[in-house]
Amino acid sequence: MTPSALLSQVLQLAMALVLAPLLVGWVDQCRAWLQNKRAPSMLLPYRMITKLFHKDAVVAESASPIFRVTPYIVFAAMVLAAAIVPSLATDLPFGRAADAIALVGVFALARVFIALAAMDIGTAFGSMGARREMFIGFLAEPALLMVLFTASLICGSTSLPTIVETLAHRDIAIYPSLAFAGVAFTMVSLAENARIPIDNPATHLELTMIHEAMILEYSARHLALIEWASALKLFNYSCIGLALFLPFGIAEGSADWLAILGATPILIAKLGVGGLALALVETLSAKLRIFRAPEFLGTAFLLAVLGMLVNQLLGS
Amino acid sequence: MAAIPLWAQLINLLAAVLLLLAFAMLAQRRVLTLLNLFAAQGLALTCSTAIVAYATKQPHLYWSAGLTLLLKVAVLPWLLHRLVRKLDVKWDVERLINIPTTMLLGIVLVVFSFNLAFPIAQLASTVTKATLGIAMASVMLSFLMMITRRKAIPQVIGFLAMENGLFFAATSATYGMPMVVELGIALDVLVGMLILGVFFFQIREQFDSLDLQHLEKLREVE
Amino acid sequence: MIEVVAVLGMPVLGALVLAATGDRSYAPAINIAACILTFFAAVALTARVIVDGSLLVMDKLFFVDPFNVFLVALTAFVGLTTSIFSGPYMRIEEQQGRLTPGRLRLYHAMYQLFNFTMLLALLTNNMGILWVAMEAATLTTVLLVSLYRTPASLEAAWKYFILCGVGIAQALFGTILLYFAAEKLLGAEGGALLWTELNNVKGQLEPTVLSLAFVFLLVGYGTKVGLVPLHNWLPDAHAEGPTPVSAVLSGLLLNVALYAVVRCKVLVEGSLQNTFAKGLMMGFGLLSVVVAAFTLLRQKDIKRMFAYSSIEHMGIITFAFGMGGPVANFAGLLHMTVHSLAKSAIFFGVGHAAQKTGTQLMEGIRGLVTISPAIGWSLALGSLAILGMPPFAVFSSEFLVLTTAIREQPWATPVLLLSLAVAFAAVFSKVLPMVFGETNAQRLPVRPAMLPVFVHLGIVLMMGLWIPPFLADWYRQAARLIG
Repeated sequence: MTPSALLSQVLQLAMALVLAPLLVGWVDQCRAWLQNKRAPSMLLPYRMITKLFHKDAVVAESASPIFRVTPYIVFAAMVLAAAIVPSLATDLPFGRAADAIALVGVFALARVFIALAAMDIGTAFGSMGARREMFIGFLAEPALLMVLFTASLICGSTSLPTIVETLAHRDIAIYPSLAFAGVAFTMVSLAENARIPIDNPATHLELTMIHEAMILEYSARHLALIEWASALKLFNYSCIGLALFLPFGIAEGSADWLAILGATPILIAKLGVGGLALALVETLSAKLRIFRAPEFLGTAFLLAVLGMLVNQLLGS
Repeated sequence: MAAIPLWAQLINLLAAVLLLLAFAMLAQRRVLTLLNLFAAQGLALTCSTAIVAYATKQPHLYWSAGLTLLLKVAVLPWLLHRLVRKLDVKWDVERLINIPTTMLLGIVLVVFSFNLAFPIAQLASTVTKATLGIAMASVMLSFLMMITRRKAIPQVIGFLAMENGLFFAATSATYGMPMVVELGIALDVLVGMLILGVFFFQIREQFDSLDLQHLEKLREVE
Repeated sequence: MIEVVAVLGMPVLGALVLAATGDRSYAPAINIAACILTFFAAVALTARVIVDGSLLVMDKLFFVDPFNVFLVALTAFVGLTTSIFSGPYMRIEEQQGRLTPGRLRLYHAMYQLFNFTMLLALLTNNMGILWVAMEAATLTTVLLVSLYRTPASLEAAWKYFILCGVGIAQALFGTILLYFAAEKLLGAEGGALLWTELNNVKGQLEPTVLSLAFVFLLVGYGTKVGLVPLHNWLPDAHAEGPTPVSAVLSGLLLNVALYAVVRCKVLVEGSLQNTFAKGLMMGFGLLSVVVAAFTLLRQKDIKRMFAYSSIEHMGIITFAFGMGGPVANFAGLLHMTVHSLAKSAIFFGVGHAAQKTGTQLMEGIRGLVTISPAIGWSLALGSLAILGMPPFAVFSSEFLVLTTAIREQPWATPVLLLSLAVAFAAVFSKVLPMVFGETNAQRLPVRPAMLPVFVHLGIVLMMGLWIPPFLADWYRQAARLIG
């Protein structure tokens, strides 16, 4: 483990933890601009999390240990994912902990626990949220796996650093399979991060909630951890997308400190553009009926499979 | 990975777009969008033929591309739009099986066609031989579209899209058929559409609807 | 060369004239005249081929050998007799109010155009043009099937269009594959789709591609032949269209489609050198015979019943061509001729019977001999002819097919015999009450035009007793060409 690798790992983790809430704030800001409204400050998520940490946690009497443990597990899973996905550099000590498929498994772990916790208290909205979340996840996970398979088939390995390095070195050319995989990945990340058109993160109506319904019972530090974990999830998905489809700028191999430090502003810039794009998509689409969600995700799965098949057939 | 020339990449891209459009038509709910997707497919076909003409220096393919442009991007969509307007049909398309199942079936058909086309593509001597699998896949998808729709116009568009796929197969496997044959095929398609137009009016007159369930009364055992 | 131009040009000319004048009272006469001229041109062409052998005309665009010239003559002949029948028949239909003048014009023009497409498909050397002509044949008859504008006829025409369209698309793919295989040997100058050129190099064509191509071509053109399981359009189209259209569909279109299949089979056999093509054709043929025979039992509409009989007979012919060899091919060719003649004769009789009694359901038709002896006897004799009763020629050809089957494919013989027996029982039991049953209807004053019927049946009878030597020789030459 070289010092530069250690530096890149620590720096990447710190960046993820610090920047994730800022990304959420930035997306809200962009959405407000696009809708001609005035947004609250971009630092509002930080203030929310800090405020929540100061409060006293209120836990229902019928809650089991799962309920208390879930926020920590979910947060830990997201932090692990942030440590694995190469956003600043590809030489990461934690990178050996999981490859692309295990990454999907880490996200699945978080989803399972949060669904269990939602059903734990026994309220109607919790169960409803858990059911819907599992419904979405059941369709979104294969699509995500297919996207990662396409990338793996192109690069000949499922290890994320290898994927990023191979993709960064490809000739500038038109690759239909990657285009299909890119669109599919965007659709999946919209679904997984509870964004329009699958779920409205700003909704107050419980009957239209998917993600929010699951965390209705949480308060104080538990809620703070879960909110932070959601922001981290968005950050992670963005970084995965950037690593697969826009990998230029990531420091490769055993790079020197300068390259790693130089990769940071590039990442911030890419995330900024990504956030703007997300806000644009959210503004331009309407939320789908929940029964149309399978079609949306089916299309994503289809595109991912097509990308894989086209790659097999055409070699590009 | 050896770099392939730009025009080959463009053809691969257009082939992928063709397949995407075939799936989009399969999943489409509205008839007008279906027509526009069909026109877009024709456009992709024209560009692909023109690029092959340029890259392999075969001038007769320019004529072929021009014919496709005229027929499939201009005349046929215009005819169909006029028909849709006169018949006043803008309904959501009804189907026999729901969209996600249709798409899954579509994926199975695509894998099947790729497998089927692979040995033939090996034997081809054109540079676009790899796209033969995609051509076959779009033919199969159009066929699926014809089978799973209930109303008349989407069935017809499926039929035309099948013909698009066949044309693309001809271009990718053999740089197109002899000109006289292509002219004949184009004539057939045009006349077929005209006849269909007349036919739709007859159906509409008789049944006040273009739902093909009305056309299922003739059975084996009378 | 001029005969070819005449054979193809006459119908086109007729179509143009009739498009303008098809609703006048002399339109049927023009129709018949055009058909007579076409027939004479066909006879001249036949004479030329008999004298000179196979012809390649107009820069290899058209190819005439004994196989297709006899079909050309048959097509022209049946086209002529059907036009003679259709004159008075359609006039009565118009008087009964089922047709308007506009539709009559459409009918006459399309009739001639249909003849043209059939003849073009037979005479062309280019496999691509063959495809175009086959598709055009469907297009010309689609509007004719829906001529009466009833719900059932619209459904029949729609099924016809879509099913045959899908089928022909498969055939297009087969043609593309054929071109693909040939282009490597013959170059892309257009010579690669000419049947004569393909025939010369068939031993070197790529076997995998050709076997796939043949599957698609068989499925595609087989849809138009009416092979099971692609036959769904046939009964409806025959039952709902006007009778002359049913007659030409049964008598002509099925034959030409089978001709296309056989041409492809010759190429594929030369390339594959195994029994793949034979097996497929025999399988489809046998399946058609069995399914059609058993479905005959349940039919209530007379035209549908005879449509299924067409499917059955085309199945027998396909089976015969599938077996191959001089005797089976001879039998197939003979059967094509006599089936065409007998089936169209039956449809003429059925058409008049339906017109007189006002219904196509067999329960409603009774005692035809009392109403009109000509119609009654024509139906009875026609049914006997088509069921393979000696001395009609259908018996001879079926006999030849069966004996060849016993020798070469013994497992198929019981199946064939059973199906033929079932078909015989079904049709005969239904026709008997129709012809000889009791009825209260009066004898009709108007005598129908039954001349074409008796001419056809007469020819079939004659060929059962004695085949003219030139005809037999002709068949033998064609059989040798099919291989």
